[in-house]
Amino acid sequence: MRIGLFVPCYVDALFPEVGVAAYKLLKSLGLEVGYPEKQTCCGQPMGNAGFETKALPLARKYDELFSGYDYVVAPGASCAAYVRHFHPEIMKESGCTAAEKTTDIVEFLHDILKIKSLPAVFPHKVSVHNSCHGVRELGLSSPSERNVPRFNKIIDLLKLVEGIEIVEPERRDECCGFGGMFSVEEPAVSTRMGQDKLRRHIGTGAEYVTGPDSSCLMHLEGIARKGGESIKFIHVVQILAAGL
Amino acid sequence: MSTEHSKKALEYQAEPEVVTRHDRTFWNVRAKRDAMAQSLPEWEALRDAADRIKKHTETHLDEYLLKFEESASRNGVHVHWAEDAEEYNRIVYDILSAHNVRKVVKSKSMLTEECHLNANLEARGIDVVETDLGERILQLMKLAPSHIVMPALHVHREDIRDCFMSTIPEFGEFRQEYFRRNPQLSPSEVDSSDPTMLTFIARLHLREQFMTAGAGMTGANFGIASTGDVVVCTNEGNADMSTAVPPLHIVSMGIEKLIPDYEAMGVFQRLLARCGTGQQTTVYTSHFRGPKPGGEMHVVLVDNGRSSILADPGHWQTLKCMRCGACMNTCPVYRRSAGYSYSYFIPGPIGINLGMLKDSGRYSGNVSACSLCMSCDDVCPVKVDLSSQIYRWRQQLDSIGRANPAKKLMSYGMSFVFNRPKLYIGALKAARMVNALPDCIVYSGMNAWGYGHRMMEFPKESFHSLWKKGIDNVK
Repeated sequence: MRIGLFVPCYVDALFPEVGVAAYKLLKSLGLEVGYPEKQTCCGQPMGNAGFETKALPLARKYDELFSGYDYVVAPGASCAAYVRHFHPEIMKESGCTAAEKTTDIVEFLHDILKIKSLPAVFPHKVSVHNSCHGVRELGLSSPSERNVPRFNKIIDLLKLVEGIEIVEPERRDECCGFGGMFSVEEPAVSTRMGQDKLRRHIGTGAEYVTGPDSSCLMHLEGIARKGGESIKFIHVVQILAAGL
Repeated sequence: MSTEHSKKALEYQAEPEVVTRHDRTFWNVRAKRDAMAQSLPEWEALRDAADRIKKHTETHLDEYLLKFEESASRNGVHVHWAEDAEEYNRIVYDILSAHNVRKVVKSKSMLTEECHLNANLEARGIDVVETDLGERILQLMKLAPSHIVMPALHVHREDIRDCFMSTIPEFGEFRQEYFRRNPQLSPSEVDSSDPTMLTFIARLHLREQFMTAGAGMTGANFGIASTGDVVVCTNEGNADMSTAVPPLHIVSMGIEKLIPDYEAMGVFQRLLARCGTGQQTTVYTSHFRGPKPGGEMHVVLVDNGRSSILADPGHWQTLKCMRCGACMNTCPVYRRSAGYSYSYFIPGPIGINLGMLKDSGRYSGNVSACSLCMSCDDVCPVKVDLSSQIYRWRQQLDSIGRANPAKKLMSYGMSFVFNRPKLYIGALKAARMVNALPDCIVYSGMNAWGYGHRMMEFPKESFHSLWKKGIDNVK
């Protein structure tokens, strides 16, 4: 199985260790992993801001770079969701092939590979951050609003890690307030949402907040540091790849 | 890069404890709604059914409207058609003046807010009295609703006490009556803003209004085409008082309120209160089918832009909305910015969309009030695709000249860099220079990120650079 690794732009620039962990984890599972070096961004920041036309050339480029792989795997639920749900709409005239093969790494491990064990050890208490697009677009966990059987693929995977203690905050899938351009256009509400979310994560007594989106974690970390809080933040793939 | 909503929302943050209280109040309503949703195994099937019925009805509105008119007329109800707010206001005034009505008691209706009926009638010398407790409080305080179902939940009881004392002349007399009827209570020990006492005072005050009004007006939660029923759901029985005492009943109904028949009503009856307030049903669900003996009943069917919405392929599904308010209660932005931060009279996700449909130039300042968390889509009982519609409005802002210039510049700039991989990789290397910027720049007013965040530090090397150097050697 040939995997194309998509490292979202802000992960590339700010959290390269998340990309490294994703790469190592996929390699350790015996997969052939390619990384098209001309990749940049999926276009979501422009689309959500209202400039889908500026996302179009990026969507086209993405499709061209990744269409030859069996699956495209991204350590970033929101970006994977944008590719899968919005690229087909943006490119409806020309059509696209990579979007439907694009997955977030959590769903890839859980639903495609169906991994049942991992060598990872992480003897810490972690609070799971169920990010909105992971929950409501990709279905990584059951949305709290809906009457459906309860599940959480992030927690399922974390349970394979030795020594870990997993908790969820109150209001387990309420938005943290990042929202891409929302955080710069509505800084007051965005910050307040982040402060509330952070307080609920801290309230669990966890040492780390972990989730499938470094963007939410970056937002919460910025607020935590400004407020002098010491809780740590780690992408879920870094925990799953611990020790590799 | 401030939008109208973001400026108002910033002002609202001045008192963090007020925000905490507002957020908690409406989260509790959502939590009650969740408990209701979880208690019915067929919940998601009910939502699917409601979605299908509404889609069907809205796309066959021409047939159902005529059917409703026929059924209602057969029941002895006068049916009127109003194309816009002006015609609606004129029709209502004409009915009232033909009956020499000087005072109208009114149960809650967002349509009358939409058409500014109260101001219109008052300007022509007719006294309009809101009888829903929350609406009455707001009317006496000269405030607009902050929520469509719980319009005054943001008002604190001390302020309600002060308002009642200054606007209800019989306040002292009614207060004495309260203690006369509750001899076990001692006036010196009961708080002057005691909610039970204030409600009692409002009750006596409203009782007088019911007894002296010449007409009663209600809205309509549903209009049943097959029978001509107008269904009104309240918790206070004020719609029933408004219609039982005065001889004349006027119903204001948006044309999207129609449903086909009683079977459909069974679906919506089960959803409305569970979604709106977390009750199994409202305390009163009143079916008005015709005039009472010796009385008259009129229904005014109001378009006021609805048929244009129906013709809009991207947004017609907003017509499915039955105004339960669940999208507001779950909206993390609404809960932390409250109703008055929105420039349209309906706030929250549905209000953002309805405002844009009403006048996109005037209400575009609300479109920023969404983090695209999509929780509204999941609570909506009729499955309006609220967040997708907000996303689509954002795509249109530039073409109507309402795009935020700073955001446009950022989007164009990002796109320029992202479309040029070499430039992008160069930018990744240069990004580290941000780490060296002095705080006075990082936390200046120019940088919205610095408002609430400590600036992030760029790592020594990007993933691109690590890959280039040989990723298998990275520890």
